[in-house]
Amino acid sequence: MAKLQGLLFGLATLVLVVVATFYFTKTWLPPLKSDRIAIDHALAITLVVTGLVFIVTNLMLAWFGYAFQDGPGAKAAYWHDSPRLEMTWTLVTAAILAIFLFNALSLWAKVTAPPPADAVLIEVTGQQFAWNVRYPGKDGVLGKTDHLQASQDNPIGLVKDDPAAKDDLLLLNQIYLPKDRPVRIQVRSMDVIHSFFLPNFRVKQDAMPGMTIDIWFTPTETGDFEIACAEHCGLGHYRMRGAVHVVPAADLEKTVAEAAQ
Amino acid sequence: MAHTEAHAAEAHAHDHAPQAFIWKYVFSKDHKVIGIQYYVTAMLMALIAGLLAMLIRVQLAWPEVNWGIIGKLMPLGFQGGEGQPYVMNPEFYAMLFTMHGTIMVFFVLSTAPVSGFGNLLIPLQVGARDMAFPFLNGLSFWTFFCGCVTILTSFFVGAGAAAGGWTSYPPLSALRGAVPGSQIGQTFWIIAMVFFIASFTMGGLNFVTTIINLRTKGLSLLRMPLTLWSMFLVAILGLLAFPALTGASLMLLLDRHFGTSFFLPTGLVLNNAPMVGANGQFVHQGGSPLLWQHLFWFLGHPEVYILMLPALGFTSDILTTFCRKALFGYKAMVGAMVAISGLSFIVWGHHMFVSGMNPHLAMAFAVGTILIAVPSAVKVFNWLATLWQSRIQYKTPMLWAMGVVSLFISGGLSGVWLGQSAPDIQLHDTFFVVAHFHLIMAGAALFGVFGATAMWFPKMFGRLMNDTLGKWHFWFTFITYYGTFFPMHYIGLAGHMRRIYDPYQYEFLKNLAPLNHFITISALILGASQVIFFVNFFWSAFKGEKATANPWNANGLEWTTSSPPPHGNWPGAIPEVHRWPYEYSNPSAPKDFVMQSDPPLAVESGH
Repeated sequence: MAKLQGLLFGLATLVLVVVATFYFTKTWLPPLKSDRIAIDHALAITLVVTGLVFIVTNLMLAWFGYAFQDGPGAKAAYWHDSPRLEMTWTLVTAAILAIFLFNALSLWAKVTAPPPADAVLIEVTGQQFAWNVRYPGKDGVLGKTDHLQASQDNPIGLVKDDPAAKDDLLLLNQIYLPKDRPVRIQVRSMDVIHSFFLPNFRVKQDAMPGMTIDIWFTPTETGDFEIACAEHCGLGHYRMRGAVHVVPAADLEKTVAEAAQ
Repeated sequence: MAHTEAHAAEAHAHDHAPQAFIWKYVFSKDHKVIGIQYYVTAMLMALIAGLLAMLIRVQLAWPEVNWGIIGKLMPLGFQGGEGQPYVMNPEFYAMLFTMHGTIMVFFVLSTAPVSGFGNLLIPLQVGARDMAFPFLNGLSFWTFFCGCVTILTSFFVGAGAAAGGWTSYPPLSALRGAVPGSQIGQTFWIIAMVFFIASFTMGGLNFVTTIINLRTKGLSLLRMPLTLWSMFLVAILGLLAFPALTGASLMLLLDRHFGTSFFLPTGLVLNNAPMVGANGQFVHQGGSPLLWQHLFWFLGHPEVYILMLPALGFTSDILTTFCRKALFGYKAMVGAMVAISGLSFIVWGHHMFVSGMNPHLAMAFAVGTILIAVPSAVKVFNWLATLWQSRIQYKTPMLWAMGVVSLFISGGLSGVWLGQSAPDIQLHDTFFVVAHFHLIMAGAALFGVFGATAMWFPKMFGRLMNDTLGKWHFWFTFITYYGTFFPMHYIGLAGHMRRIYDPYQYEFLKNLAPLNHFITISALILGASQVIFFVNFFWSAFKGEKATANPWNANGLEWTTSSPPPHGNWPGAIPEVHRWPYEYSNPSAPKDFVMQSDPPLAVESGH
């Protein structure tokens, strides 16, 4: 059958457009439980704009691929330059992307801005294959660590003699967060690169050995969620799972103290 | 003039074709033989890397599956037996994804399009007897071959192949105790990379020199087919970018075996034991894992464009031949490829948005990353304009070229998602990234290779590939390729991480199992479909319909000589060029194509 291949290509492209669009309208992101809604908005806008481009260009590809097939009496146009067209589509694309860029940079500046002064301080130290979570306790100061003192019983190398360390509270694979209060998490690693990923909070920070990296965000709903490791860290990478518990802010101190027993 | 003297020298050097089998087909200096050697080796490496991917996919879909006989045959990778089901080892899974990526990126997709088709086509398309440095060319292939042997052998040494991901981030890749593959396997990885880079550098020198110096009379740069432009640009990219990985690999080797600390910070504690020496001090001090990432991605980003650009070049040449219409916007297309190549050097940090690097630096990288979408979009628009009011004849190469355009749109658009640094927080290291690069990079490169194979098979073997088998191969591949990789956008948005031996340890991923099943089944059919290609390739090479000099009525110089070309490429004088290679359907011309070397017309397009 003449023109079969072009018809197939057109139809296949059409199917791609329909199926892809349909599934992109579903909600895939884990339910949002933090104040980083701007990230979700950015993703949604990106979906709409790139989605429109995807649909339009693919429909053109499908139609051209079908309609301009060779046949009796067919003639190809002898037209291969249009500075006006080139200028137009280049500038329009650049303008749209410039808007994206501006918004992306503004959002990034907000996300990476310094934490507010009243943020709850927590330290998370990844190791093969667990998350060590530490709260500063009543003095609000995290005790010193010295990796030379790390051992089976003291995985993060806490300097026990340091006065600030005496009231530090240690948890394993559990983190408690206060609802509606900002938290500042200092992400560290004992050995290889891990990545502290909280899917429901739009939070991901690589845990880099030799560095202490600050991130902050505000949990907005109580509940239990998961921590995942998002950087290949060895054979136990797949089971570096932890639990996030968001509790009313007033209950945080007590809950952590109980859990640290 | 430099190039006419070079011509005379080349013509003399190639007066005598080698006769003995070993000099003709094994240690050859003929670019056509070397191109085929590269190509066939790369395709065999693709078979292996593809099999690794099948194993990955089965594990991801059904982590509890009993591997049965496969498990029994590979005790290194599986444990079981004595009434117990055979289960894959997590460390073997890490070796699988590490080696799949390493082999595919370097030993398949940097090689087949660039070293394979570049070597085959550059002298033919520029109008030269051979490459500028034929001996270096042969040497480059055998160096590459040593790299292949080294990387494949790494599975069978010590505790197995490298297992730190194809990106080999230290400290995981630097500390021999961090994962079994970081023992001797990682060292073999480094050595294989050094062989590969040496080979690619030799090739790059040859490509650049040949394209600059050996173009025939009348072939100005702006009359070159886009295939040539893509080879020129990727050679420059390789020469400028690979040294970063060479240096980094050497530094990694030193960190691993000679106690240095380029990438290893003070304070490393492995298995709750501080890594101290006899003096009680840390063995490694003061290094930075981020340094590796900067060096690796300084190469890594241009590298992925090295994979993709030739496919873009092939697509322009194939599309125009089979739709009988000139390339729309030739200068814009060249400009776009140059812009993409240039910008590719300033975007590497987009792989590192959440790495802990300075957030201001991240902003700088986001700028270049978003901007690179502009020349990419320009290419798509010009291809669509080329197809507009054209006269398409769907032979196998044309289908693949259309597939490249499709994949370029799909894969390119997801780059806009990832290039924004804050949304990337959610998407980094998830399957959204895996979808992106498999569509834009791997897909475009693979489809480009398949299209180029069908297109230039006559110049490789003097025969045509079977067009019916070719079409079946295309359709099975096109549909299952999308079936495999498009759903990964969705599971990535849902948070499905990469490099995960068993995703269902996580509650939030459990409901994604059906999608993983769908992806795996698509992947298995995709893999199986490649049998059609291998059958077609090898059968056609020996028994395919004999090809004339110009079976597609195409315009490039390669079609002015026989299929395959003789030793020295043209039996007589090398043709001269009077126009660009896209003179199709000129109403003033007697036929719907005017070859580059045809005599001047009454009305030329001015190119």
